[in-house]
Amino acid sequence: MTTQSLAALSDPLGPDQRTLLRLATAGSVDDGKSTLIGRLLFDSKQTFIDQMEAIERTSRTRGEDDVNLAYLTDGLRSEREQGITIDVAYRYFSTPRRKFILADTPGHVQYTRNMVTGASTADAALLLVDARRGVLEQTRRHAYLSNLLGIRHFVLCVNKMDLVGWDQTVFEQIAEELTRFASRMGVTDVRAIPISAKFGDWVVEPSARMSWYPGPPLLEQLETLEASEPPQHHAARFPVQYVIRPLREAYHDYRGYAGTMASGVLRVGDRVRVMPSGAETTVASIEAFDQQLVEASPPMAVTVRLADQLDVRRGSMIVSAEHPPTAATSIDTHICWMSERVPLRARDRLVIKHTTQTTRAMVAEVSARLDVNTLDYDLTASQLSLNEIGRVRLRLMAPLSVDPYDESRETGAFILVDEATSATVGAGMISSGE
Amino acid sequence: MFVMIDPGAIPENPGDEMTTTATRPASLDTLSWLEAEGIHIIREVAAEFERPCLLFSGGKDSIVMLRLAEKAFWPARIPFPVMHVDTGHNFPEAIEFRDRRAAELEIALLVASVQDSIDQGRVVEEVGPRASRNRLQTVTLLDAIAEHNFDALFGGARRDEEKARAKERIFSFRDAFGQWDPSNQRPELWNLYNGRLTRGEHIRAFPLSNWTELDVWQYIKREELEIPSIYFAHERSMFERDGMLFPTSEFVPRLPHEIPFDARVRFRTVGDMTCTAGVLSEAETLEAVVAEIAATRITERGETRADDRFSEAAMEDRKREGYF
Repeated sequence: MTTQSLAALSDPLGPDQRTLLRLATAGSVDDGKSTLIGRLLFDSKQTFIDQMEAIERTSRTRGEDDVNLAYLTDGLRSEREQGITIDVAYRYFSTPRRKFILADTPGHVQYTRNMVTGASTADAALLLVDARRGVLEQTRRHAYLSNLLGIRHFVLCVNKMDLVGWDQTVFEQIAEELTRFASRMGVTDVRAIPISAKFGDWVVEPSARMSWYPGPPLLEQLETLEASEPPQHHAARFPVQYVIRPLREAYHDYRGYAGTMASGVLRVGDRVRVMPSGAETTVASIEAFDQQLVEASPPMAVTVRLADQLDVRRGSMIVSAEHPPTAATSIDTHICWMSERVPLRARDRLVIKHTTQTTRAMVAEVSARLDVNTLDYDLTASQLSLNEIGRVRLRLMAPLSVDPYDESRETGAFILVDEATSATVGAGMISSGE
Repeated sequence: MFVMIDPGAIPENPGDEMTTTATRPASLDTLSWLEAEGIHIIREVAAEFERPCLLFSGGKDSIVMLRLAEKAFWPARIPFPVMHVDTGHNFPEAIEFRDRRAAELEIALLVASVQDSIDQGRVVEEVGPRASRNRLQTVTLLDAIAEHNFDALFGGARRDEEKARAKERIFSFRDAFGQWDPSNQRPELWNLYNGRLTRGEHIRAFPLSNWTELDVWQYIKREELEIPSIYFAHERSMFERDGMLFPTSEFVPRLPHEIPFDARVRFRTVGDMTCTAGVLSEAETLEAVVAEIAATRITERGETRADDRFSEAAMEDRKREGYF
């Protein structure tokens, strides 16, 4: 038994040192994602009495034989009516070893953008495959997107093992195929587990019906997964969000730059450069409310004061003087296109938001489109449609201080906004800039 | 609470060795991580919108949210007003606390009154023993947003509270009618929030999206925040309805069999007195309340909110109309 309810939390009053693991589900529709999460919450005793009563009521009204655990996560009326997940649902649970935020994402291809929403903040992907159907195009698409978004840890659940007679060979074939696919993308941490979300085998408890699998069960895997971030940039990056000028007598000349550390470590006394102007100064102080800090690192929200009066505003970035980012007016990127209205084509103009800076971008070239089945790039492509991924070069109206996404999620990511509709239509990851 | 990193870990050439050492930025404890995220969201809204406003009821979630706002702009004052949609049926203890806290922080407090909306004929009051002004608040809220031209409202809603809220974005778009369209939400990537609007539209921003009820209580304890007295066990005249204990008040007519009795209770949520139930409790201190919350087997809305019991989609329906 690896789990207990929160009631058993040794000391809820003492300092809680448990860290957080952010997970996102991935996989095709009908692979049983919502049922698995329901099972995970139910078996780890994280469901509340009134929640269980509500889903029992719903299952009964809808004429289902058993209590449908998927109703624990499907929240919207239209989702219940259609029996599918349309948008990400966030679930919170904890064990004595760790706290979890789980993004339950939709499997339908037309809701890929909602899957990307859930995966963009995740440390690990919980990838589901239906044992009867094996690895599908949508499985590969989600695995690829998870990797593209910087997730380096995959937990593969081969679900519905009850429907293939608990067959070890079926499991091993799927595990091998997906592991091979992942390794081609450079993902080496793939943990495969045979499960039945419906009956609970190997989710929280061991399964006698699949004793050929050595364990541990899924929840224990999640508790012990070493979620090192994607390789981090070590150079300091501090995008300025907001300039603090108190305009009160006691703080007459106070001028602080508020923001969230994006990468590296910033220390008092460090030599820094202010992007994009390039002016240099030193860090005079780092403050968090009424505390004076010696240093700050991600993801701390702090206020930085500089030794010299420089032109610093929202959108400026305070960076290591020794290792500054590139001030780029042209960037090579991977883009996941999310507009239903129009495809992405050369010469399109869009609003781009990168860290705390917003400017305009023009599409210089759509150079390739990914085939998610083969992982090959189609070099003859000239546009991206809804849910397609491609290589795109953008020209920027104002320079952005960029790093490759592989090295720094925070300073390598951007979104594209359609000026006509104000909708978010693109998720972008920078590979290089100049 | 801060991670010490070996200064030697900074490579000579940023192009080299980037992949070798993985510093673990997320090793902040959970509360510090949640606090940092909340402050980031609040600053982002303050920077990108012209007329934000923070919804403050004197309840525990909005107390935490206000604390994050205080920290986000220190030593400056909070650069936006706070607003309370007052049904006129609130707990006096919460109203007293609301006024005092706003005065301490030297910030403007706006009160949008449901009674005014009734007097002006904007809404019609429900009648009968189960009448509540809870749903009427939506009209008062949307009228106040229009009157003050607010383009962003901070709400203290958490995703762990309720299944429709579990689906909501941190920047949640509202159309010119104040409505939420849950099947067509904007994708929300990383911490890059899209706040672009056209006139008449607004966003609701939820800095506590990723907090659980226990996180809120642990944070109140860690920060030693003052909260209204009704959160602690006290003697009160109560009556039973639908298996829940409601406070007796002039606002709720009782049915003949609903006999009031004195009980030792506290409130897990603070809302309108007509639809907020109390729980039997002996928890007189913050420590005791946190211990109780950590051990509970019933959700806070399930235990104490009559308004969510109408249907399985009660909250979704109210949110679509423009509710908090």
